[in-house]
Amino acid sequence: MLMNDTTAPEAQMPIAPSDLDSGKTPKMKAENVNVYYGEKHAIKDVSINIHDDKVTAFIGPSGCGKSTFLRTLNRMNDTIPIARVTGHIELDGEDIHAPRMDVVQLRARVGMVFQKPNPFPKSIYENIAYGPRIHGLASGKAEMDAIVEKSLKRAGLWEEVKDRLEDSGTALSGGQQQRLCIARAIAVDPEVILMDEPCSALDPIATAKIEELIHELRGKYAIAIVTHNMQQAARVSQRTAFFHLGELVEYGRTSDIFTNPRAKRTQDYITGRYG
Amino acid sequence: MSLTIALVAVLGVAVLAALFAFRRAKGLRGGGARLNSLPFYHAAYTFLWAALPALLFLAIWSPVQQGLVDTAVLATPQGQALPDFDLQRNAILGEARDIALGNRSVGFNSEASVIAPIYASAMARYAAVGGGIALLLALGGAFFALRRIGVEFRARTGVERWIMGLLVAASLIAILTTLGIVLSLLFESIRFFGMVSPTEFLFGTQWSPQMAIRADQAGSSGAFGSVPLFWGTVFIGAIIAMIVAIPLGLMSAIYLTQYAHANVRAWLKPILEILAGVPTVVYGYFAALTVAPVVRDLGISLGISSASSESALAAGLVMGIMIIPFVSSMADDSIAAVPQAMNDGSLALGATKSETIKKVVLPAALPGVVGGILLAVSRAIGETMIVVMAAGLAANMTANPFESVTTVTTQIVQLLTGDQEFDSAKTLAAFALGLVLFVITLILNLIALRVVRKYREAYE
Ligand SMILES: Nc1ncnc2c1ncn2[C@@H]1O[C@H](COP(=O)(O)OP(=O)(O)OP(=O)(O)O)[C@@H](O)[C@H]1O
Ligand SMILES: [Mg+2]
Repeated sequence: MLMNDTTAPEAQMPIAPSDLDSGKTPKMKAENVNVYYGEKHAIKDVSINIHDDKVTAFIGPSGCGKSTFLRTLNRMNDTIPIARVTGHIELDGEDIHAPRMDVVQLRARVGMVFQKPNPFPKSIYENIAYGPRIHGLASGKAEMDAIVEKSLKRAGLWEEVKDRLEDSGTALSGGQQQRLCIARAIAVDPEVILMDEPCSALDPIATAKIEELIHELRGKYAIAIVTHNMQQAARVSQRTAFFHLGELVEYGRTSDIFTNPRAKRTQDYITGRYG
Repeated sequence: MSLTIALVAVLGVAVLAALFAFRRAKGLRGGGARLNSLPFYHAAYTFLWAALPALLFLAIWSPVQQGLVDTAVLATPQGQALPDFDLQRNAILGEARDIALGNRSVGFNSEASVIAPIYASAMARYAAVGGGIALLLALGGAFFALRRIGVEFRARTGVERWIMGLLVAASLIAILTTLGIVLSLLFESIRFFGMVSPTEFLFGTQWSPQMAIRADQAGSSGAFGSVPLFWGTVFIGAIIAMIVAIPLGLMSAIYLTQYAHANVRAWLKPILEILAGVPTVVYGYFAALTVAPVVRDLGISLGISSASSESALAAGLVMGIMIIPFVSSMADDSIAAVPQAMNDGSLALGATKSETIKKVVLPAALPGVVGGILLAVSRAIGETMIVVMAAGLAANMTANPFESVTTVTTQIVQLLTGDQEFDSAKTLAAFALGLVLFVITLILNLIALRVVRKYREAYE
């Protein structure tokens, strides 16, 4: 009913070498994706798989198209008039650009957390209840209360805000706001969560909390995260994709990318020679 | 020396002093010193000190001089021979002045020609005094400023202070003018309330300002209950006009900010703003000649026998159209000020565009929207031309929009046009009405400003 109850066990999945492109169908699959902003070719022929039991990190120098690619996965680029997307993207084997795919439904299944916390100027409770209400996930106040509590607990915010649910979401600290936004995304029970530099506006302590949260969410949701912080990518992800100038240069196990990159550009980037 | 010459002389002194200051400051720099302020600032500082006090003096002096000259002329034997009656004496003095200034050659009153040379000489004397003082002030100011020029002297800060003073003076003029208007309204209103009790005026429901001139005249009781007028004003300006303007203004703002393609917006927004530039008198005859007959026919076809060709509905509809740009441009601004991140946050949760607008964008923009609406209301209730032409003169207390009602501004126009004595209750009533209207719009504006300010805090 409310939350996805098919949550995987908390325990960390061992990663077998064959797992990278194992027979298991990926949660999301992008093939030959190109994105144009008017004349500008921002994403060039990118193919990638996102697995539902892993965290995938997107790294690369500023302007290389990480955000752009992330936004194609829930069709947020549709809101930019000049953006044009070609190629094939699947969610659970369904083409997300197919005419019968409802973009509103797609975004409910593929949630997003933004770089800057963007809580609505409503109460904490209403911030969380917003999505479930739109999608009719709760019938009655009691169920809604339960969703709000569960989402806030999952986002690790419940203890801090349970006595002030009526306060404005914008009155929270930056780190709390970002966790509120994660809770808000979780509340509509998505299958995939996309995070675009969720910690870039936060201090180290708040960042550590969010990273911890990502650890806990892994296995329950497929997660893709954009980050500029190499250590963060290494800490939270199992798969890493390195983008450069709109191309996907290298994609593989995080441990391989960081210890043993195949491409020279990847090596230069992670050793800090440019970026 | 006439005051015009004094003016030119003061400016000349100021320019010369400024040039001199510039050269001196430059000389200091040429001597190898690093000036606190650039030579330009020394020049500006000197110019301001030389020009502004003298100009200020001249501005005050010229009206004062008039009175001084009149008094001086009246003190002469010829002046004392003039008739005692104020009106007549002033007319003669006026003519003498015109002759002295060369604006006319012969006076209507023969005394004027006699007085004229005396007047001319008195004027010349006082102009010389005033001009002399102004020139002294200019020289003194220039001297003061020039003495301060030096390496260390902070001319920039000095100029800054003068500029701030100028800006303060400019805003004071606007404020003082408003204050003057309010005071004049207040004094006339107090005279009015000496004749008609405030309770009758504020709460009475009978409005028929015709005063009996002769005691036996019938039907001219002179009732000054203003409630029907304020009701008419509210009915047209705050109810009918808003029923038109709020939905249309809001929806067009939403379309323009959220749906319209950039090209479409670039065309539509200026066109919408043209509505605000149409002179209200044009709206007035549009209401009276085009809309009112249609409304009357509609009323009759609906079986409303009292439908008249001057109706609250016709005036209100057109007024609503007129204020659409007020509502829509404020709403447009505050909707556009809602961060894109709010939109994105909602869309990313799977909300549709209209759900996002209804539940996130509009609530966030609400204070600005409400502020715009309040400003539009205060604009509407002060509006005159449309209601004068289309609403009628009958002070009815009716909620039937097909009937004729009248408004405060219409009645003020009625009370003050034509031949009127300026101390009858009838004319003074116009000031009392104006005062109450002013207070109402003031309160609305204050509320609107507060609301708008609150909205600013939400995102900054
Ligand atoms: N709305 C837009 N209109 C036009 N060009 C855009 C738009 N958004 C992004 N771009 C361009 O597309 C390219 C990729 O941008 P994107 O935001 O995806 O980079 P990024 O990798 O997320 O960078 P960063 O790390 O700085 O966030 C950039 O060259 C950028 O200028
Ligand atoms: Mg980015």
